[in-house]
Amino acid sequence: MHPLLTIDWFLIIEKAVLISIIIAVSLIVAMYETWAERKVAAVIQDRHGPNRAGWFGIFQPLADGLKLFMKEEIVPNLSNKFLFILGPGIAMLTAMMTSAVVPWGGTFHAFGRDISLQIADVNIGILYIFGVVSMGVYGVMIGGWASNNKFSLLAAIRGASQIISYELAMGLTLIAMLMLTGSLSLRTIVGQQLDHTYYIAYQPLGFLIFLVCAFAECNRTPFDLSEAESELNMGYHQEYSSMKLGFYLFAEYVNMFISSAVMATIFWGGYDIPFLNDVNFGLLHGQNLLAGLQVLCLFVKISIFIFFFMWVRWTIPRFRYDQLMNLGWKAMIPLAILNMVVTGFLILYKQYGMF
Amino acid sequence: MQALTSKSRQVERKPMNFWEKLYLPAIFKGMSITFGHIFKKKPTISYPEQTRPFSPVFRGVQVLNRDEEGRERCTACGLCAVACPAEAITMEAAERLPGEEHLYREEKYAARYEINMLRCIFCGLCEEACPKDAVYLSETMVPSNYSRKTFIYGKQELLIPNPLTEPEAFAKARGQRPEKKD
Repeated sequence: MHPLLTIDWFLIIEKAVLISIIIAVSLIVAMYETWAERKVAAVIQDRHGPNRAGWFGIFQPLADGLKLFMKEEIVPNLSNKFLFILGPGIAMLTAMMTSAVVPWGGTFHAFGRDISLQIADVNIGILYIFGVVSMGVYGVMIGGWASNNKFSLLAAIRGASQIISYELAMGLTLIAMLMLTGSLSLRTIVGQQLDHTYYIAYQPLGFLIFLVCAFAECNRTPFDLSEAESELNMGYHQEYSSMKLGFYLFAEYVNMFISSAVMATIFWGGYDIPFLNDVNFGLLHGQNLLAGLQVLCLFVKISIFIFFFMWVRWTIPRFRYDQLMNLGWKAMIPLAILNMVVTGFLILYKQYGMF
Repeated sequence: MQALTSKSRQVERKPMNFWEKLYLPAIFKGMSITFGHIFKKKPTISYPEQTRPFSPVFRGVQVLNRDEEGRERCTACGLCAVACPAEAITMEAAERLPGEEHLYREEKYAARYEINMLRCIFCGLCEEACPKDAVYLSETMVPSNYSRKTFIYGKQELLIPNPLTEPEAFAKARGQRPEKKD
């Protein structure tokens, strides 16, 4: 038989459709995050927020996008043109790539096939996310360096050092998580939480550290040092205009969406429907309804996290650089190690009893 | 150094204690404050759809009044121009011809009546000076414009709509203010 015929073409089509849907959804979510951000900022500051473009300003992101597309594309004369254009591309690429391993729901049954609502169930899912997210710093770094501007470069260096410092603590908390789960695959982790206690109950400190580090990874306030507008005139994207700037801003929102999804998946049960026995519900009402509700449930969890991100942004002022580094190296990393040791001890204690 | 006033105070720079170093209590406090603001009533009004009511003594753009038969009340006596501290008002008088009795109330009328809205300070002295209740300050503001010329309001801009032919427009221009008796 010809080797091409042995390829499961349905699988490829299925995955292609799934990828397009997930990319489209992440972009739409990112679009409406910009709207939600302005609305949340407004209600927190006793204002109305955008309310002119359509019902409750619902078309505001479209207007913003159109505006960004219409702006003049400026490439500085002395910049490295290739890298200058590559920067926002990398930022966007890495932001979109992370969604590949997140399980968005259970299995969907259609056309006589069980379609898993996950692009790739790789057995190193968490490591993949880490690898891709840490590549995101290249977008900032390359963009800041290629702009040939001191402020951009300073901001990029600050952003890079921040992300590296906080990634360490994040990785250490995940080690404690992995001791519990025994698996790096996100689907397995969700499977263990399905109809059981969520891992937040076992790892509250781990979740707190992970949350703080996720803020730092997404360059969100209080850790938005790389785009500090009052100190560094907008930071690494100072020289950017038009949709290249839009890509950077958009990548930040996509990152926020994905990290919310990852947090929900690892600590809050992912697509598990709370207070409901998913397996029994699936047997009673059919697999497809269950899968749909699970996707909805995951999105509710993600929305809560996104709201939390915004709520924090409009509450807390930016950390000073030395405070940031002190917090990262002197608080987050020791706490994460402590969390790891205590978790390890408790697991061993449960297995073997008291020595 | 001797302090000049008792109000100056040394800035406290004592190191943060453990509780403060955690940042979390302060963060939770701040977050609860901002969360409370979500449910607060917003003082903003959506302007073109909603407007705040003017005070009853609000003095807006001038209006040249008509009487109940729709005749212009102004007799071009010039008292308003004399009273005007900003010298914003000019006028030219003309004599009413036979057959124009339905247009002008008295034998003399203002053929030209201009107020320079860039000079006007909306003090309302013209309204006080007018013996015929012909000019008064309404409840609308002078709209912005691009050229200075357009701010010289002539009779066309100032004259109130005819109460007989356009009663609604008249009532709108008339506003809420009580009629003066002459």
